Amino acid sequence: MSAERTGVSLVRRTMLGLQPSRSGWQIAGMSAVAVVIVGALSTLLISSTGSSPTAALHALYTGSIASQAAWTTTLLYAAPLLIVAAGSCISSRSGAFNIGQEGQVLIGALAVAAVTLKLQLAGWALLVIGICVAALAGGFWAWLSSLMYRISGVNIVVSTLLMTFVAQQLISYAVNTSWFLQEPSVAGIAPLPESKQIATGSQLRSFGSYPNLQLSVGLILALALTVAVAVTMTRTRWGFRLKMVGLNPLTARHAGVRVAALGGLALAISGAFAGIAGAVLLTSPVGNFRLQPGVSSNIGWDGLLVALVARNRPIVAVPFALLFGILRSGGNFLSSTGVPPFLVDVVKGLLVLAFVAPPALADILKRRAATRRASASGRHAPALQGAAA
Amino acid sequence: MSFVDNTSTILSSGVRLTVPLAFAACGEYLAERAGTLNISVEAMMLGGAFASVATASATGSATIGLFAGAIVGLVVAVVHANLSHRAEINTFVVGLVLNSVVLGLTSFLIATSRFASHQVSQVSIPGLRDIPMVGDALFVERWPVYLLIIVIPLTWWLVERSRWGLELRAVGENPQAADGTGIPVNRRRRQALMWCGLLSGFGGAYLATAEVGSFNANMTAGRGYIVIAAVIFGAWRLGRSMVGCMLFGLADAMRLALPALGITLNVQFLIAVPYLLALLAMLIFATQHREPKALGQPFERGSS
Repeated sequence: MSAERTGVSLVRRTMLGLQPSRSGWQIAGMSAVAVVIVGALSTLLISSTGSSPTAALHALYTGSIASQAAWTTTLLYAAPLLIVAAGSCISSRSGAFNIGQEGQVLIGALAVAAVTLKLQLAGWALLVIGICVAALAGGFWAWLSSLMYRISGVNIVVSTLLMTFVAQQLISYAVNTSWFLQEPSVAGIAPLPESKQIATGSQLRSFGSYPNLQLSVGLILALALTVAVAVTMTRTRWGFRLKMVGLNPLTARHAGVRVAALGGLALAISGAFAGIAGAVLLTSPVGNFRLQPGVSSNIGWDGLLVALVARNRPIVAVPFALLFGILRSGGNFLSSTGVPPFLVDVVKGLLVLAFVAPPALADILKRRAATRRASASGRHAPALQGAAA
Repeated sequence: MSFVDNTSTILSSGVRLTVPLAFAACGEYLAERAGTLNISVEAMMLGGAFASVATASATGSATIGLFAGAIVGLVVAVVHANLSHRAEINTFVVGLVLNSVVLGLTSFLIATSRFASHQVSQVSIPGLRDIPMVGDALFVERWPVYLLIIVIPLTWWLVERSRWGLELRAVGENPQAADGTGIPVNRRRRQALMWCGLLSGFGGAYLATAEVGSFNANMTAGRGYIVIAAVIFGAWRLGRSMVGCMLFGLADAMRLALPALGITLNVQFLIAVPYLLALLAMLIFATQHREPKALGQPFERGSS
């Protein structure tokens, strides 16, 4: 088999995982209905404030995809979202549910800011080192949670959550401390809680010199990482072990997988991805090129939501990351129509429900049908009345 | 100012910052004993805070507002309970979504409406209020504070002494066995969440209508997560969780008071203290098996 054919079949087999199953159509139908309901609720909400829903929708469109400049902003948001989401897929697949991406993004941003501001090197080298250090730092932050789990079984969800708030204070400390990262004050003016701007040479390059449309290197990196995760998870032995650990740790252990080590590694990798996302965010225009307490602007939380909506399939996360990017960049334009931009948070949350609830409901429907069949054929039903009551 | 005055100021501010945490922590404690690691407590508090201010403005009564806050907390809990313990969606996913939706919704609504300010009245207990240092802190407070005298023992009694509580604990420790003895596992968990919503909503409402008198976007500012930290710090015992709330309330008060006193202490560290202490407590207590065994695990009949 030629190398080319191997490549083609690799792509085909990777995509095969996306083919909807029989209940897949049912789920898709329910999701579509749910999305319509979300749209109706949002319309209702906008109307209740006396604004025009069409004007709001138009503002959303203008801010996100109407022009090349708008597309640029949308893609700048989509890139870190996608990186966070791709990382979340890995940890969730292994059964270690990481919800501390927000903190890991912050730690990544802190690391890249520290490297690019403190080291004296050529710009591009600083950027590369910065992104690597950000990955290590984010990975370390997540690995601490896995360490706590190993030492005394601390719940990973709780520890990653709490570590997020510790990270927030660490950033706040960094930008409020003069020897650390705070920008030196200009004579007479009180210094702001933020770092210096990083040098132009260490900012992420953009290319494609169209009038306004700029594609950041961050986006290429995000797509590359996503494809790498998808291939690793579906096509490699390591990915298979990861899945096995997530589905049944006991079986995995009997099959010779080092469950604890693999789970810890998966958690650390998801943290590393979030760290890279933080670095990409800070070194791109939407991150203002400087460390500020609010630099992550919920990219970590939203990236996790993207992964949840995509149900931990990295390729599916691509369109959803784009959608969340559109909502972000469009949301900035909402205020001009008198609609508070907070509407976007409501829509995002409801959208997640619209995509997460149908699979769960389909599962219940299937089990109920099985119960009904079993009781119709006179056999003892695997009593599910408890769930129905 | 003298030392006594300073201490008294910090103490009374600490008590006021502790009360909303204490209400919500009673609820969160009960929900966690039943096996739900409820992270939407932030949404419940925030929703309660907003509803109380809106209702108080509409009816002109802060007291009605307070109870409306509790009701909205309950509504959030009912949504959470049905999504995670009926539709069997991952409880953390539901929590994240609810936190995001309620934060967005309340910020959206407060940006588009104006509310008149109402505050519940202050009670000052004669005699006791003259005790130096603690008199002001404990005996000159808004009246809902004194509801804690009922709520804390009631929660304790519910969990430790009632049949319902026994079932809750069974559900939190070993849902399969509980199911085997005929306890409706998911229904008990839903009920526990409702108690949590009621109290968390009330805690948020207290913050808005008793302390501040108004609502602003993201008013609770992560207090829900501190509540979770307090319950963990208390190693899933009610009394110690209350001590945790007290400690975290005092740390908050210190943070606010220290600049005025001219003492420089690392502010960021003071804010991070609750989370660090909770992590430390988990590291220590986890080996002693204080944690409800099925905490955070969904229940599905038939699965081991």
